[in-house]
Amino acid sequence: MTAPEPHVNELADYERVIRPKKGLVAVDFDELWRYRELFWFLAWRDILVRYKQAVLGVAWAVLKPFLTMVVFTIVFGKLAGFSEKKGMNFETYAVLTLAGLLPWQFFANAMAESSNSLVGSSNMISKIYFPRLIIPASAVISGAVDFAIGLVILFGVMIWAGVSWQLHLLLLPVFFLVAFAAAFAIGLWLSALNVKYRDVKYIVPFIVQMGLYASPVAFPSSLVREKFGDTVFFLFSLNPMVGVIDGFRWCVLGGAFEPYWPGFGVSIAVIAALLVSGALYFRGAEKTFADVI
Amino acid sequence: MAKPIISVRGISKQYRLGAAKSQDTLRDQLMHWAKSLGKEQADASESFWALRDVCFDVKPGEVIGVIGRNGAGKSTLLKVLSQITEPTEGEIYLRGRLASLLEVGTGFHQELTGRENIFLNGVILGMTQAEVRAKFDEIVEFAEVGKFLDTPVKRYSSGMYVLLAFAVAAHLEPEILVVDEVLAVGDAAFQNKCLGKMQDVAKNRGRTVLFVSHNMAAVQALCGRIIHMGGGRVLGDGDPDTQIGAYLGEVKKPHTGIAVPLGKIIECRQLEFSPNPIVSGQPLEFTLELGAKQRTQLIDCAILIYSVYGQRVAILDLRTTSGQFTIAPDQPFRCTGRIKHFPLVEGDYRVGLFMNCSEYYSDYHDLASLTVSAATKEGELAPYAAHFRGLVELEYELKF
Repeated sequence: MTAPEPHVNELADYERVIRPKKGLVAVDFDELWRYRELFWFLAWRDILVRYKQAVLGVAWAVLKPFLTMVVFTIVFGKLAGFSEKKGMNFETYAVLTLAGLLPWQFFANAMAESSNSLVGSSNMISKIYFPRLIIPASAVISGAVDFAIGLVILFGVMIWAGVSWQLHLLLLPVFFLVAFAAAFAIGLWLSALNVKYRDVKYIVPFIVQMGLYASPVAFPSSLVREKFGDTVFFLFSLNPMVGVIDGFRWCVLGGAFEPYWPGFGVSIAVIAALLVSGALYFRGAEKTFADVI
Repeated sequence: MAKPIISVRGISKQYRLGAAKSQDTLRDQLMHWAKSLGKEQADASESFWALRDVCFDVKPGEVIGVIGRNGAGKSTLLKVLSQITEPTEGEIYLRGRLASLLEVGTGFHQELTGRENIFLNGVILGMTQAEVRAKFDEIVEFAEVGKFLDTPVKRYSSGMYVLLAFAVAAHLEPEILVVDEVLAVGDAAFQNKCLGKMQDVAKNRGRTVLFVSHNMAAVQALCGRIIHMGGGRVLGDGDPDTQIGAYLGEVKKPHTGIAVPLGKIIECRQLEFSPNPIVSGQPLEFTLELGAKQRTQLIDCAILIYSVYGQRVAILDLRTTSGQFTIAPDQPFRCTGRIKHFPLVEGDYRVGLFMNCSEYYSDYHDLASLTVSAATKEGELAPYAAHFRGLVELEYELKF
């Protein structure tokens, strides 16, 4: 506690003042830092519960990306003939698909969990104070374990496919952070909207379903640029996952898959815009969460 | 003179009733915006003030009881103090860490073990992991769950569950502790244990405590000062005996023709006893009428009878074997009943309601009061004074 100074307002030494907040509310990073343990504990709880309940929990985290990869590789690589078009062998195409699937599935899960997180914690929100931003953020983190399991599979498939290991691989965490930011940014918007408008939860599966086709998961994004030109590619890059997935592929497969950086820039800009606007919207909506949830 | 640790200055809280109801899906909201394009926005939503210009100061170490009828604003005040909801007007100045216990077991997860829940709940309530670890043995000992530490709490009995939940909260060490009616759950042994702990926290450790309760005995035992609220305002503030007296006097006044809201949907339109006052041992009739703002199912309902100090004496269970009642704006729920020999000892009783509809359930206190007067028995010994005789008048015969 600070000692009261003479000749100042008698209220100066109060540590906290509660009053109505008006206008835009900034994010209180100091407070978030003080509550960091709660953040980890909530993520820990989600992870513990997820893998405790189901023996299948871990198996599921392995099977989901693996089986999807098999199906996509057969359908798109073989049947649609994407792999020949790009002059790739079947094995490399499998790696390409998995390198797209992992960030996509992380993003889709994390965004969905995050969007439902506030409504799912309505009990805590109406009974305890803590910075509400922690809830959607910790929901995103809990998806990271599935991602880590997926990475192990990816490395296995890379060895099987005989892909040469790239130094770029060290950049993987950077692109993971970008995927995290993308999921969190959309999670911020949707979780806060979901508190007020309960039909938002129907939008999430729609985004996941459409997003799978609007993202270069089963095909390399260079196909889009070659076919439709730069303008369309910029529009395509408005989908933040385009940049993330391209980045992942580059890390895993190297030089030939270098992202088209101006397009990547567009994706990053979209994520940044969503993140800042999402945080501001969330902070503004936050004060009525307990009243309407 | 110590400076106040909490200074509440002109706090008001307004809730909107209509706005949230009319557009609670995004689709409706978009339609609403589309329709109102170019038109002046007429805000037809109803609002009400849950708190109105509340002011008080709390000195360090004070233990304050907050009492009042349902809808007096007690819980809203605690929610504003603990920053769960924001005031519409006014300011609160705080010094030191404030922890709130508005419900036992917030954040408990059924699938997790007792041990895991102690850590999780402790951190949720505002302890650091290191603090929980330091207090861990004390919490386990208080909760008496040693053997079941590694069992998921879904297998706990409800008594063990609430005791564990309370134990975690009771070992918080904030400068200011804000407690809502948490003692309403659990049995008498639990309540005694919790009251003892609260007494210890308040008296021996010098914490500042704000405590909401309908249990006047508990309030009287714990609190050195009482804030009496009604209609969102502070009606009285000061000495416990005076404030409790004023509150009990208020409870005795009948509600006439005013529907009392029971949560968001249900309202109590009538809860009456006839005759009132009733002579002990005589027949008593009661009438209950509930209305609803929207169609819902009334799953359970019971009239609760409490002693003046808030101890539950009896209930009148209104369930039937034929199932639930539908209740709607044009279809109230109405029930009358008769008790052949009303067996309570003379005195004042407070009447509440337990109500469970499809959307929520809760206990509601002090919806009515009932005065029982002494039966005059000619040709018999004068009975002992009422406070010696407990609460129930038994019918019995003697042989010598």
